[in-house]
Amino acid sequence: MSAELYQALIMDRSRNPRFAGRPAHFDAQAEQKNALCGDQVQVFVSSADVRHESRGCAIMTASADLMAEAVAGKIAGEIAALKKVFEKMVNSGEAAESLGELNALAGVSQFRSRIRCATLPWAALAQALEEVPHG
Amino acid sequence: MLNKVFDVTAIREDFPILSQTVHGKRFVFLDSGASAQKPRAVIDAMVRCMETQYANVHRGLHFMSERTSDEYEAVRDKVAGLLNAASRDEIVFTRNATESINLVARSFGTTALEPGDAVAVSEMEHHANLVPWQMLRDAHGTELRIIKITDSGELDWESLEQVFADGKVKLLAITHMSNVLGTYTPVERLAKFAHARGSKILLDGSQAIVHRKVDVQAIGADFYVFSGHKLYGPTGIGVLYGKREILDAMPPFLGGGDMIASVSYERSTWAKPPHRFEAGTPAIIETIGLGAAIDYVQAIGFEAIAAHERDLTEHALAVLARIGGLRVLGSAQDRGGVISFVMKNAHAHDIATLLDRQGIAVRAGQHCAEPLMGRLGVTSTARASFGVYTTREEIDALEHGLLRIQKMFA
Repeated sequence: MSAELYQALIMDRSRNPRFAGRPAHFDAQAEQKNALCGDQVQVFVSSADVRHESRGCAIMTASADLMAEAVAGKIAGEIAALKKVFEKMVNSGEAAESLGELNALAGVSQFRSRIRCATLPWAALAQALEEVPHG
Repeated sequence: MLNKVFDVTAIREDFPILSQTVHGKRFVFLDSGASAQKPRAVIDAMVRCMETQYANVHRGLHFMSERTSDEYEAVRDKVAGLLNAASRDEIVFTRNATESINLVARSFGTTALEPGDAVAVSEMEHHANLVPWQMLRDAHGTELRIIKITDSGELDWESLEQVFADGKVKLLAITHMSNVLGTYTPVERLAKFAHARGSKILLDGSQAIVHRKVDVQAIGADFYVFSGHKLYGPTGIGVLYGKREILDAMPPFLGGGDMIASVSYERSTWAKPPHRFEAGTPAIIETIGLGAAIDYVQAIGFEAIAAHERDLTEHALAVLARIGGLRVLGSAQDRGGVISFVMKNAHAHDIATLLDRQGIAVRAGQHCAEPLMGRLGVTSTARASFGVYTTREEIDALEHGLLRIQKMFA
């Protein structure tokens, strides 16, 4: 039953996210909401890392958590490029080498209505990055 | 009256789509509350119209136009019969229930209501019966008041009395059956209550019309609206019932052909209702399809339909109660075959996707009732809703599917 989408990595990261929780200090934050289902994700950016607070389905939560891990140590330009590759992957279902574990989300390509669940955290991150003071 | 035997197997054969498979599984359709499937009789009526007797209505002096007009207008009689309206002229064809409510908000709302008057809705309205009143408030200066519901998902009568206490409410716009909780509202009592306080009442019958015999005169409704597509008819055709003297006093909603008595460059005069509210070429084929849908449900009979759905609802509530960590929202005394639920650890969207892989279609999300989700303390729910073709076995399939999901997310 949908092993291709609800695989172990996604179930694990949705139940036990590693990068969840609002940090005490952050440089910018942004929130995105899916009007269709009411899911919400908040992303916090600091020089140390990216954290998220997710109130939504397994796909969204796992996507936010895998995203936070994947972008650690990357600069804004690299993240923007990765976002493009990710969005292409979840639409096409074709894995891309640069995405690593994010490829676990390739299964959403078969569920048109769920692609937005996977991309919502990335939209929040892009919005937060725009607000990071450039120094 | 003949005691009709309800044969769900025979009914299912009337719906061609039910023999489809989804993801290689038998198609289990538990989303009739969003839109119902169509029986062969509706499909055939629409095809027959296009193949044998189609032309524009109310215009042509030729045979085809007259014949099409006759058949189109015959559906108005059928709808009047379905609702037990006092007159066929009280039946206005619209696109859907949403357009019917917008018509009332724009036409009745801006003329019969004064700035400072209030419109009251309940906490369990579909956005279709909320947003038009917000728009009226912002454009016209009416007030919008919200009647609370209880934790069991029923109307809070104390709140209703408070909302009406200062006598400013001039329209009560309320659902006849919640699309989220399945709750029926006590419409006869509400109509008496509203009328005693100088208010009109509009009922959103989108869900109720499918499950119960509706008698607008017995209820005392001033307005009653529904969509054809939930009543096994096509999309694009809806109904506004309005009491004759109220419709008579209302200005047009849209301007154009067919809604006028005379037109000059200086001024135009309006046709009488219902044509005053039907500008432009209507949804002729869809209206004829709606007529076939009404014939279809009336042949089965609302008593039989209600009994079948009562049985399904009881069975579903019993089945769902057995699933650990599952919570059904609302527990109204008078409820029908629309059941929303949440599961511990499993999000509604995940439930819907995983059920879909087993061929089972349910709705998940906010059900166009975002404020109600807030009231219930959830962000979204999964919803199973039933129709004439739904079987106990399909509800058992839902149980089986939910148990598998429960294991995955345990």
